[in-house]
Amino acid sequence: MTAFRRLDKGGRIDREKSVNFTYDGKSLGGFAGDTLASALLANGKTLTSRSFKYHRPRGIMSAGVEEPNGLFAINGNEPNIPATTVDLVEGLAAQSQNAWPSVDFDLMAVNSFAAPLFQTGFYYKTFMGPFKKSWMFYEPFIRRAAGIGKGSCEKDPDRYETAHEFCDVLVVGAGPAGLTTALVAGRSGARVVLVEQDLELGGQLLSETDRDFEMWRTTQVAELRSLANVTIRTRTTAQGLYDDNLVVLLQRHENHDAARGRPRQTLISLRSKAIIFATGAIERPLVFPNNDRPGVMLASALRTYLNRFAIVPLKRALIVTNNDTAYKTAFDLAEAGIAVTMADHRNVIPSDLLSRAAMLGMAMFPGTGIADVEGAKQVTRVQLAGNHSATIECDVLAMSGGWNPVVHLTSHSGIKPVYDDAIAAFVPGGYAKNHFGAGAVTGKFGFESVIKDGNAAGADAAKAAGFDKPATPVATIGAKDRAYKISPHWAPKTTGKGKAFVDFQSDVTVKDIRTAHDEGYVAVEHLKRYTTLGMGTDQGKTSNINAIGLMAELREMPISQAGTTTFRPPYTGLAVGAIAGRTVGLHFRPYRLSPLHDANKAHGATFIEAGLWMRAWYYAWAGSTPETAYIREMELVRNGVGIADISTLGKIDVQGPDAAEFLNRVYVNGFAKLPVGRARYGVMLSDDGVVLDDGTTTRIADIHYYTTTTTAQAGEVMSWFEYLLQTQWTDLKVHVTSLTDEWAGMAVSGPKSREALQLAFPDADVSNENLPYMGCLDVHLDGVRIRILRLSFSGELAYEVHVPAEYAGSLWEHVLKVAEPLGIRPYGLEALASLRIEKGHVAGLELDHRNTLDDLGLGKIAGKEKSYVGKELRFREALQAPDRWSLVGIELMEPDKKLRGGSILFSAGDEIKGHGRGYITSVTWSTELKKFIALGLYQGGLKHEGEDIICAFPLKNEQVKARIVSPHFIDREGARLNA
Amino acid sequence: MRIPCPHCGQRDVGEFRYGGDASKARPAHGTGDMKAWHDYYFLFDNPKGPHDEYWQHVLGCRQWFKLTRNTATNEIGEQP
Amino acid sequence: MFKPYSALALAKHALSPDRPWPRAWNSPEPKSSYDAIVIGGGGHGLATAYYLAKNHGLTNVAVLERNYIGSGNVGRNTTIIRSNYMIDGNTQFFEHSLKLWEGLSHELNFNCMVSHRGQVVLAVSPAQLDTFARRGNIMRLNGIDAELLDRGQVMKLLPYLDYSKDARWPIYGGIIQERAGTVRHDAVAWGYARAADTLGVHIIENCEVTGFVMDGDKAVGVETSRGKILAGKIGIAVAGHSSHVAKMAGLRVPIETHVLQAFVTEPVKPMVDHVISWGAELFYLSQSDKGGMVFGGHIDGFNTYTQRGQFPRIQTVAECAVSLLPLMSKLRLLRHWGGVMDMTPDGSPFIGRTERPNLYFNGGWCYQGFKATPASGWTFAHTIAHDEEHELNRAYSLDRFEKGRELDEFGIGNWTYKQ
Repeated sequence: MTAFRRLDKGGRIDREKSVNFTYDGKSLGGFAGDTLASALLANGKTLTSRSFKYHRPRGIMSAGVEEPNGLFAINGNEPNIPATTVDLVEGLAAQSQNAWPSVDFDLMAVNSFAAPLFQTGFYYKTFMGPFKKSWMFYEPFIRRAAGIGKGSCEKDPDRYETAHEFCDVLVVGAGPAGLTTALVAGRSGARVVLVEQDLELGGQLLSETDRDFEMWRTTQVAELRSLANVTIRTRTTAQGLYDDNLVVLLQRHENHDAARGRPRQTLISLRSKAIIFATGAIERPLVFPNNDRPGVMLASALRTYLNRFAIVPLKRALIVTNNDTAYKTAFDLAEAGIAVTMADHRNVIPSDLLSRAAMLGMAMFPGTGIADVEGAKQVTRVQLAGNHSATIECDVLAMSGGWNPVVHLTSHSGIKPVYDDAIAAFVPGGYAKNHFGAGAVTGKFGFESVIKDGNAAGADAAKAAGFDKPATPVATIGAKDRAYKISPHWAPKTTGKGKAFVDFQSDVTVKDIRTAHDEGYVAVEHLKRYTTLGMGTDQGKTSNINAIGLMAELREMPISQAGTTTFRPPYTGLAVGAIAGRTVGLHFRPYRLSPLHDANKAHGATFIEAGLWMRAWYYAWAGSTPETAYIREMELVRNGVGIADISTLGKIDVQGPDAAEFLNRVYVNGFAKLPVGRARYGVMLSDDGVVLDDGTTTRIADIHYYTTTTTAQAGEVMSWFEYLLQTQWTDLKVHVTSLTDEWAGMAVSGPKSREALQLAFPDADVSNENLPYMGCLDVHLDGVRIRILRLSFSGELAYEVHVPAEYAGSLWEHVLKVAEPLGIRPYGLEALASLRIEKGHVAGLELDHRNTLDDLGLGKIAGKEKSYVGKELRFREALQAPDRWSLVGIELMEPDKKLRGGSILFSAGDEIKGHGRGYITSVTWSTELKKFIALGLYQGGLKHEGEDIICAFPLKNEQVKARIVSPHFIDREGARLNA
Repeated sequence: MRIPCPHCGQRDVGEFRYGGDASKARPAHGTGDMKAWHDYYFLFDNPKGPHDEYWQHVLGCRQWFKLTRNTATNEIGEQP
Repeated sequence: MFKPYSALALAKHALSPDRPWPRAWNSPEPKSSYDAIVIGGGGHGLATAYYLAKNHGLTNVAVLERNYIGSGNVGRNTTIIRSNYMIDGNTQFFEHSLKLWEGLSHELNFNCMVSHRGQVVLAVSPAQLDTFARRGNIMRLNGIDAELLDRGQVMKLLPYLDYSKDARWPIYGGIIQERAGTVRHDAVAWGYARAADTLGVHIIENCEVTGFVMDGDKAVGVETSRGKILAGKIGIAVAGHSSHVAKMAGLRVPIETHVLQAFVTEPVKPMVDHVISWGAELFYLSQSDKGGMVFGGHIDGFNTYTQRGQFPRIQTVAECAVSLLPLMSKLRLLRHWGGVMDMTPDGSPFIGRTERPNLYFNGGWCYQGFKATPASGWTFAHTIAHDEEHELNRAYSLDRFEKGRELDEFGIGNWTYKQ
């Protein structure tokens, strides 16, 4: 069965270029210039889809982005695509959706018989019993029934780009208004970007037959193309308007090919000084029983299929309308030799239309609407009711319920549209600064007035963008506009038996809206949410206004009081991949690599993600798994000498006459009296008195310090320093500079580290006397300045060697080479972190913004007399409570078991439940003690030293016995450090 | 949204770090009791309307600066 | 008249379609005084009114909503419920909430579609898995379900994530709470409204509170767009606009208003059966019963009352979506929107008395208000009815920062400078 056929000639399709495509696996043909929708109609595919809930047969209803019915899976991986928006290209594969076994014979249509049960809101009223969690039983069935198309789990083979652009005037839409405004603005010299979602410029003009219109269109397009300052983007949709004139555009590329680096789509963030919305209007359907049968179509769409695609109804069309515009469709069809019957809701019809209809031999039924539409799989007969009752046999039923301006974009900034009685539709409720409207979006539908207004809007926009030189206006064609007359019509006049659809895609009927009204879901948002109206892929472009009109009627109030919905971006469905662009997968966030990365790699490092960094985790010489390798690396440092990459540490250069005062303020401990050439460990608090970060600060000169931060907090601390200096302590003469990326660092650690340094820097005096613990020494090697700090994270005799990043690799190789006789090897992050646990140094897992100085056993370093950031709030009551969870060491008492990070701690006699008395932060195998040890926080802290505890890990059903000990597991006296 | 950096001009908000209410006076260093610091640090006027606030051009020149923004519209006024 | 909802009632109705369903809730004119008023007809306000009537026998109660009920965050969130909290005070509160969710559809005779589909939080480093373990252990020790998953188990459960070498952060494992899941968000507002209305509570829409009627320090009523209404007790539950309303009563609160965006794609057949959260960046996603992918990320990062977001955040959220779930690339975003959040310094809420007698405050929900709805109403109703905190909301006092009793669930410290 079919309702349409293609004419032998006419239309804008290129009949020289045949295009082959498949529909549900069957090969079909079309022409270049076709959309998938027009090609399907031309091939006689009237029934193309099944509806969401009732699986009713559906066909293509529109010729644009508003299409609610004709959704297809394209090329196997793109579900729910409206056929009206797909350019027909060779090899395109379209698959029907949401029907089994096929759209022609869909067993799911059984849902239609249960329709009375599926009344709106039915799922809120049932599926509750018999048990508390019964929904878990029903939900899978509901989910499988919902969902329309199928997504693909395969990786997207296509490529997406993002771009940023700037212009003076952006024109959205290339219909008569858009072409006019773009040209006027272009003539003024402004940089203009004109975007059009269609592949051709012209908008509604592309569906006109009048030669004057076509002449006008080609003239303007030619001039626009000739202007160097005008950029035209077709196949480009303005998807959203954001603050400060940011418009997000999506451009779809014709010849995309990921293998050749050609993107499928480009998402453009465009900032324009002025914006002209020339977005046009969308025709709305009429609501009557069985208005969803295949072959029922918007009148303007039928006209587009006729004039642009040369597709006509097989023999006979019935047109029903409440306004004048549908007559254009009627006349064009009649002139093409199709028998046309016209039903008009209005009793009084303009005489010129009546006489033309008579001339063309059209049957006319004024004051008449539709009572019912018959035909199982496509329209066969229509029952008229009203002033006339009649049964009309036809192939196609075209409807026009008036026109809805496309106010979406203008509303994205929060300006609500307002109802305009004259056109019975919503228009923009105003414009933000430098925003302008032109054409049908403003509620003006006549060509001449659109051009006239367009000339003004184009000039205004150019002026707003700084181009006030008057430009020649665009000429009109001197036609006479006819007034737009509409008699709004929201509900069916008769209550036939069939369902009268308001939202075709979501299967929302007049009855559903009445039910919502009965139950009090009368606010527009309640109506939408309760009935799912406007929630589909079309976001209610053809349904929302009809529903609002109907609800206003039920509430017996003007539409202006009934409210409107909130229009949200995007205007049409926007692939998430296109928004993400190339910032996905490995490019998701840039890797930060240490200047020693290549050197680490060369030495067999296995890397691990640490925040944005890739850090050397362990080295091949020590083993092939982290569990075994780190122990050998620890042993190396405890017994010989190792070298580790610590370049990720934050490094801040602090200089200026007030540098000492500044550091004195931000650290709890004092730095003013730190001698030049000496380093000191420091801790800083946030204003709230909680520990923010720790690190070491070295006094390089009287007014020059070098501060390190933890890797994790490097950015935060730098920004905090800048905040304090630039906004609060502006009187301090201090400058801070981040050297994190400019300098590399390596730790040389172990009892033999001094020997290693002596070999590496034979000219330097690295003796204990010249470079004692917490000392600093600048040395030179081959003319490069190198800073050696005698600091230890591991607790061994150890040094940090800091060097400008570009020399890091060579210095690393140099040290490894000359100290080879000492057995030096690199050690990684796992060993670094484990060595510090043995020594009882806190790190990221303990510095989690919840702990105070005292919690971490650092209270004693805070200056008693001096003031420092966070001092006041540090003394808040609960932060000083004696039983706070504080840092302890933990020793495993059951040698055959393990300690685990994240274990919850209990006292030996406690019931094992609740929140416990603390938890384990970090665990390691101690190579010195030959047992598992851990750091943790425990209620009351070291007051409980020596007590037995239980470490509970219920996730693995484990409880192990352990003991609270000092967190300094090794060398409590510091003999090794000072050796 | 775009933020006017005093050095670099209008830049996308993505380049900036927000620094909070700038109308609150931070007690001078070493002064202020616990209550003064509590009120400064924890309480906010949080107006729906003009709001003085700090921003840092953190992915640019790293300057911290003040501006007034209407929190009901995101419109940025003259710099205070 | 109240007509219970059931499959039978539905069938009866299908057979006699001319007898309409009664209104879900009535629309009475406001009286001149009530025993108690709840300002805010969102999820929390409606739940509070319901529990005032149900648990405490206070039925001379009005809920005042300046717009339509559920017009705030209860209808704007990503519908996730869970109780994976580890800080003493939070754990018990959110678990109580989850327990109330479990029986809510029955309790309200309104199907809120409480789906215990399970939430998986994915760890991207061994250290992160340890911190998840701490959380899971605390949950288990408090009788809350939690299971640790290794990488292999995650691959089996969520086969569609990116496990290839192209993944920027490999997935080391995760933690699952099976009882966590999603709820049909609007139904929560409607269900509580209908149930409260049935118990005699007045639900008054389009009624904006413009000021408080004070008797010295004591709040005794409110001025509204529909006239003055006196009340014995007044509860504020207007998260997003808390500062604004509190200020009318002369209160300054530890709250800043920020926008959080949410996203939904086109509906597709079931692909994702769990709620998924990611440890690399704040990102969460689930597939609604209707088929759309519902997802979100971090707040935009500066205070604003505009219920719309900035594009850079939209991009970062899309980047997360595609990087974690390649299946998201081809799916089309249909709609994104913003809701305004009360953000608090420590990320935890407030429920309790204020320094004004008879005036009670509920707010500061940050982005965890939805899952808290039942327990929030439960405890707030208790606080209002008895003029004292319930043991479950004792930690949520407005003055906790004065005492240093922060409830920092995520260990990120004060949020103002953290983005």
